[in-house]
This record gives sequence, C-alpha cells and structure tokens, in this order.
Amino acid sequence: MKFGIIVFPGSNCDDDCRYVMTELMQQDSFFLWHKTEDLNGADCLILPGGFSYGDYLRCGAMAANSPIMKTVKSFADNGGIVIGICNGFQILQEASLLPGTLIRNKNLKFICKNIHIRVESNNTPFTNTCRGSEVLKMPIAHMDGNFFVDKKQLQKLEESGQVLLKYCNEDGEPNEEFCPNGAVGNVAGVTNLEGNVCGLMPHPERCSEKILGNQDGLKIFGSIVSYLNTKNR
Amino acid sequence: MQHDIQITPKIVEEHGLTAEEYSLIVETLGREPNITELGVFSVMWSEHCSYKSSRVHLKNFPTDGSQVLMGPGENAGIVDIGDGLGVVFKMESHNHPSFIEPYQGAATGVGGIMRDIFTMGARPIANLNSLRFGAIDAPRMSYLVKGVVAGIGGYGNTMGIPTVGGEVCFNKCFNGNILVNAMTVGLIDAMKIYSGKASGDGNPVIYVGSKTGRGGIHGATMASDEFDETSDEKRPTVQVGDPFTEKLLLEACLELMSSDAVIGIQDMGAAGLTCATFEMAQRGQSGMQVDLNKVPLREEGMSPYEIMLSESQERMLMVVTKGREEEVKRIFEKWDLNCAVIGYVTYDGMVRITKDDKVVVELPVSPVVKNAPIYERPLEEPKWLKKLQEGLNINDIQVPDDLNDVLIKLISSPNLACKAWVWQQYDHMVMTNTAVLPGSDAAVIRIKPYISSNIAETTKRDKGFNKGIAVTTDCNSRYCYLDPRMGAQLAVAEAARNLACVGAKPLAITDCLNFGNPEKPEIMWQFVSAIEGMSEACRQFETPVISGNVSFYNETKGNAIYPSPVVGMVGLLDDVDKTCTAWWKDEGDVTILLGRNEVELGGSEYLELIHGKTEGFPPSLNFQREKAVQKVCRIGITSGFIKSAHDVSEGGLAIALMESSLLRPNGLIGANIELEDNIRADALLFGETPSRIIISVDKEHVDTMLKIAKEEGALATKIGFVGGRLFNINNYISIELSDLHSRWSKALKNILEK
Repeated sequence: MKFGIIVFPGSNCDDDCRYVMTELMQQDSFFLWHKTEDLNGADCLILPGGFSYGDYLRCGAMAANSPIMKTVKSFADNGGIVIGICNGFQILQEASLLPGTLIRNKNLKFICKNIHIRVESNNTPFTNTCRGSEVLKMPIAHMDGNFFVDKKQLQKLEESGQVLLKYCNEDGEPNEEFCPNGAVGNVAGVTNLEGNVCGLMPHPERCSEKILGNQDGLKIFGSIVSYLNTKNR
Repeated sequence: MQHDIQITPKIVEEHGLTAEEYSLIVETLGREPNITELGVFSVMWSEHCSYKSSRVHLKNFPTDGSQVLMGPGENAGIVDIGDGLGVVFKMESHNHPSFIEPYQGAATGVGGIMRDIFTMGARPIANLNSLRFGAIDAPRMSYLVKGVVAGIGGYGNTMGIPTVGGEVCFNKCFNGNILVNAMTVGLIDAMKIYSGKASGDGNPVIYVGSKTGRGGIHGATMASDEFDETSDEKRPTVQVGDPFTEKLLLEACLELMSSDAVIGIQDMGAAGLTCATFEMAQRGQSGMQVDLNKVPLREEGMSPYEIMLSESQERMLMVVTKGREEEVKRIFEKWDLNCAVIGYVTYDGMVRITKDDKVVVELPVSPVVKNAPIYERPLEEPKWLKKLQEGLNINDIQVPDDLNDVLIKLISSPNLACKAWVWQQYDHMVMTNTAVLPGSDAAVIRIKPYISSNIAETTKRDKGFNKGIAVTTDCNSRYCYLDPRMGAQLAVAEAARNLACVGAKPLAITDCLNFGNPEKPEIMWQFVSAIEGMSEACRQFETPVISGNVSFYNETKGNAIYPSPVVGMVGLLDDVDKTCTAWWKDEGDVTILLGRNEVELGGSEYLELIHGKTEGFPPSLNFQREKAVQKVCRIGITSGFIKSAHDVSEGGLAIALMESSLLRPNGLIGANIELEDNIRADALLFGETPSRIIISVDKEHVDTMLKIAKEEGALATKIGFVGGRLFNINNYISIELSDLHSRWSKALKNILEK
C-alpha cells in the first residue's frame, strides 16, 4: 500500500511516521509537500504531528489552507483513508473534515506523557485489529488537545459512533480524573460521519517498536494496512 | 546611534571596555575607531566572546582522544561512534537573559545551542538542560521556574527535538542569578562536517533566516556584567525567539548541506553579524566585504551600529561556491525563508562593511578576533573557606529520632521531589528514539540506521547496526562551594556513573562553567580549582572536554552564586537493547549495593535541609573505586544480569532505594532492605558517599554478579529483596508506598502551583 505523509512547514512527526510505515510496517511511504496538489497515488494520507506554522495562529488554521488540502478534501470525499495525528488532527478540524475543536489544555501547559485510551469502536479502518473496548497505552504531547463540542453535538457524535477513542485509566474506565487535557467526554479521537477520516491526539507512531517499550501504536497502523488490503483485494 | 559620534571615555565605559583596552584598540588600529567599530570591539572583546579571563586556564583541559573528531574551537565538538557517524554536542549558558525575562531567555538559549549543532551539518537529536533556581519561595522564583520551563518546552517542542534529560536544583545562592544551561546533541555524517570558515576569493557571503531587528543589541556585553538594581532596564537586550522559523532554517540548511555548495556556515548568535563575519574570516585566513544595504531588515532606519550588533535570532551566515547562489536561493525560497547575498570573501585580511556606499567598518580580522587582552587574573583561596570546611563536627549533630519523618521531609523537598512536573512540559519522545525516558540516571537515545529520511542522507548502516547513546548533565553546586576542586571531580564522576547505570561507556564531555565575577581573586580561585579538578577527573575517565562555555559575572549586588561547573556527558551503547532503567522490575529480585557506605555528611542535602547547615568537606572520591563500580555495572547490564541500576547521589542511599520503588511506571513495588554497616543511622541513610550503585538482579544471578564484582575489585553486598507494598530499611524506615509516592510526585506541583 502507498502512504503519503504530508509535510507542512513546522511538521515534526513526519519523519517518525515515515519510519514506522517504511521500516516497521514495510509499506511504500513518501512525503507530500504542502505546496503540491498531487497525491502521487497514495492509498492513505497521514497528516503528522508538529507545529505547522508554529501554531502562531489557531493550531492548524494556516495549514488547513495549504494548496494540498483541496486535494485532501476531494480524496476524503471519495472515501480515501485519512488520518491526522495531533497537529494533523487540528488541521483536519480546521479544514472541516472532522468535527469539534481542540482548545488549550485545561492546565494551560504542554503535556507529554503516556496515557491510556479505550477503543470505542473496532469496526473502523483505524481500529479493526483491536478488541472491542481494548485499552491501549499511548503517549500524548500537546498544548492544545482539549477536544470540545457542545453537549448536544457530543451526544450526536456518540450516537453516530464517531467517537473512536476515549481517555481512560489502565482498566478502561473513562473517568474525568484520567482525562489529561480536559477534553469533553474524554474524547481522544474521532472520525467523520462516513468513517474514513480520523483524528487523534495520542501518537501511535511513538509506540510502535519494542525498543520504545510499547507497541500498541502498531494496532492503529496495522488496522489501516489490513483495511486497505481487504478493500483492494 | 549616529555614525559620526565622538568617542568619549564614558562611551568606552558603556561598552564594557576599560581605558587600557581602549588604548590597545587605538594602538592596534593606529587611529581612533568610529562608533560602529567600537561596538565591534566591545562584543568581540567581551568576556562572553573572547574568554579573556578564562582562556589561559581552559588550555589545561584534556581535549584529545582517539574518539575525538573535533575538539574545542568550532561551534561544537564531535565524537566518533563508528559506522561513519559522529555525535556533536555542546552546552551553553543563558543565565542573564533568563533571569530578566525567563520565557524568552530560556527559549532563545535552547534555540541558540541547537543552531550551534546544526550549523556543523548535524541533525539535533536530543536536548538537555541544567537548571539552577533560588529558594523556591524567594521573590519571583516560582515565576522564573514556570517561565524557564515553559520557554524551554516552547522552543524545543516546536522544533521537534526531544528534551530528554538534565537537572533542576534549588538553592538560595541562586536567588538573584539563576542558571539556565542548555545542551544539544546532534548526529552527523563523519565525512560531512561543516566549519564556520570563509574561504575562496570572491565567493559569495549569503545571509539566511530571519530579518535583522533591533532586538538583543549588546546581549553579549550584558552577559559579561554583574546584576544590580537596574537589571530590569536590560530587558530590551533579551532576544525574542521564533522556533517555527528555526525549524524551517534547520530543514533548509540540512537540505542545502546535503549538496556540496556550502564552504562555511556559522550561526549569528551572540554578537550577531559582527561575530559571524570576523570569526569566519579568521578561520578561513581571509577577509570579507559586506554591504549592509543588502541585509534583510525588520525595521527601517537601522544604523550600521544596530545592524552589526543586533542579536536577532534564527539567522545564519554562509559562504558558498561562486555560481551556486541560485541553488541556495531555491532551497530557502521553498522553505519561505529570507536569503540574500550580502557580500563576498576577500583575501586581504580585512573586514570591510559598507552602507550607502560608505565604508562604516574597516578592521583587520586577526587583531579583532585574536588580540583581545588575555588576563591571568590574580587568585586567592577565600578566607572563609577553611572555617566552613572544618566547622562541621558531626558529633554535635543528633541523629533524629524519627527517620521516617526525615525521609518524608527530604522527598517532599524541591531538590529531591519527582521532577515530572518539569519534564512532562517537554516533548521527550518526538523522533521516536528515546529508549530510556527522563527520570532514570541518564537518557538513552537509539540511533536509527539513517540520520533522516527527510533529507538526502538515506545511507543505511549495516544490518546489525543497533547503537545508542546515553546523555546526562551533572553538578552539585554545594560540593563545589565547599571544595571546588573536589566538587568538579564529583560532577564528572557522577556523570560517568549515571552513564554506567544505563550500560553506556563514557566518550567525552562538554561543560558550562558558571561562576561569579572573575575580577575577584576568590572567584578566580574557585574557577581555577574547578578546572583542575575537572581536568583530573576527565583524564581518569578518559572523557576529554570537546566543547564548552564559560559564564562569569553570575552575581547580584556583589553576591556570587556557588561555583557551578556543569558537566554534560555523552556515552555509547553498542547495542541499545542492552540498556537498563532505575526502577525495580520483579518481586523477589535481590538488591545489591555496589560500593561502600561511609560516614560522610558534609555538604549533604540532609545536613542542609534537616539541620540547616551548609558546611564540612564534600564527600571524597577514590577514582579506582569509582571506576571499578562503574565497570561492574556496565558488565552486568550488557551481559543481561542486571535488571535495574540506580546511582546513589543527593539524599543518599535511602533516597536512591526509594526512587527505585517510586520511579516504576507500571505499579509500585516496595523493598525490604537490611544494611549491616555499623555506622550512624543518618550517615548510612542520607550520607552522599560517591561510587555507589544499587542494582537488582534475579535470584539466580546473584552469585554471578558478586563474582564479577570481586574480579573487578569492587565491593558488592547483598542488601535485601524487592517486593511488597512497604518500603523498609532495617528498623529505621518503614513507610507505605502509595503515601510516599503521592508526596514525592506531587511536591513540586503543590509548591509551584499553590
């Protein structure tokens, strides 16, 4: 499968994603410069983490207007698989490809640590190799990961199965106490209504290797590869 | 600043130059300098740039070794790690700016040291920082702590370079002058090392990066002065950082440097364009002609003086092969960065700067760079020192009845509490190489088989390539205050011990020497003693000094900080999978103490915190013993016998043991420790005798470990077992772990965010 990793000015997890896809997942992966409109035949697009345009304006707002984003939108509209991690999640929201907004962490600080998330649905291209309600350990690293929608919208997202991941404790209880950033409903990751675009704050590419002490991230990338393989068969 | 201004003694003094130094300038030039030229001399001859008080002593450092690819003198030093790769590193201070404006001061410190690394052609792979604050309840202190930590995070996180380690200490001697020392480690293709040199007659001089503004003028001169009541007025001399631009600059520079267009490149950091032009010409034995009208400016109406002295961040100066200008421009345009040819290399040994077709600076390179006066300043042992050292009679100190209480007080104190509040604000996992995270003795960084897939370098190493490096920073200022020579030795020894605890073999060090006013003989004595101690220790551990920085004038209203020669050490792991962390692994494992317990309480955290005394001699170091302990630990880790290793340092044996219980990320495990030494309980528990490491091993490997220790001449003693929910030491200490954990992990947050 071909994975296009979009590089915005200030992306800094682009290389990490490329490493995971090429070296660990043994897939064909390449960078796509934000000024291009050609996706180079990618089967899946990854919007990596980082600080596009320094996050000097609202996180993701500048990058969402890059030339490549028009193509990303039509790719997504045609059912293409798109995943945004951290800053990539923020960009997809700003591009109106995903619901909600990500505001400053509740403690107003940057937070980098391992947290737990519960898989809310394993019937998606991003989680199909996970067990139902499986608890994954994953690092977060962000200043603005506090997912926000109003109550009504949250309920709608829950009902439509768009809430993909929730912060929880290691036993899988999604209490507010285990929410690192103040996100409503402990939401750590969502999909669009159609289920082909996903955004998440935790970094699966940072926990996909034994040397890093945790390989839970492979479940996300493995799910995508497995989904694409089935679809293209 | 008007160009035709008349130089008066007052102006000379305002530029931080003495009357004698000014006479030397006039004598060298055979004329009076103009105001811009005076500005050039003021920064180039400042303590910060010229090392005029330290140079004669720095010569004494050992700087050679078969592993050294580049010693001191360039932007950073480099060690060889085999497979065609080098590790580049350096530490630098940003003390003065951080005290005036903590966020920007710390941020630009991090930005500056990263530029020093990538200007050599390396990709930065890790940041560390060594922070020293005043008493946590001193005025402004919590503001300074929060600002510095946020600033370091703000810059490093945006750059996508993990901040993986360092230290945070508190002591009232830093109330008026905090220390912010930043270190960056980079990875380089050993065949592609760039130097900051200008050569090739007529080759273009190209300016890239941010535009030049009025920020930071005279930063280098400020850093060469003491603080007083007017320090707040110096706020405008602090630069403002733009990490986003630096990230672009990093990528653009590395992309360009993967071709062969670049001849020399240098960061415009302290003393900006002045330092870059003169130093590059000096290294290339050449000259330079620069037109200031071509420099990208942020503001209109900037004078030559301002342009030459601006310390605007995120700028680089480079010399490229004639005819390759368009290639350079294409790359910098791709990254939306300024790029301008501002001059060319000449061969007459002069730097000539013009503006509006008028020559505004015309100075010979060598005298400006090399002829700064060298001072061999007088030194004298402080009169108060002996009294302080000999003033401690531990027989006068009562062993406290409740040692549980002492332990709790210690672990809830800012110096010994968990520092997660700090490092969780730093992205320490980006680049996916951090094999041992912050919190253990040293951080371990895996080296991927290629430097970066994002630039042309995609050469894969051999299939078996699985190397890693370990990094740490260390210094105990209190030890150095009580005995600078021994304190500096202990700093090097502890750094090496920290590396041993993760299984790494030390390669080399960088240093950041933070001291008071060198014009005072007692400060100079501290400085020279520390250099002697550090040199001796570096010879012993075969870790040459490959880069470093001196920061003098760390004083406020005449009160100097404790001398703080901070050591940054890098070590190598041939197989990164064979590393180790500090926490217990499994119930039933056996705990072994490598090294011996002695009665040494001088300079300890315990003595200061519990008894309010900062006196006595710091613990003493026996190199042979230290090296044996480290070697045993390394052997045990690389052969897979050791399951956890943690060095005994501040707070002593009890704190080290407790940390092995509390650091465990996946559920706490207690320990039952039985110590048989017949020495007073407080010295046994909280004394800081060096050359000790606590390891834990599987039951079946105990005898093997003891045998290895014996063979290497190190003392090893079985001291107990891992397990349970209690932390017990003899009948002295017995505490429930979750209570202990809660106090330890929340202490810093509770103090800082109350």
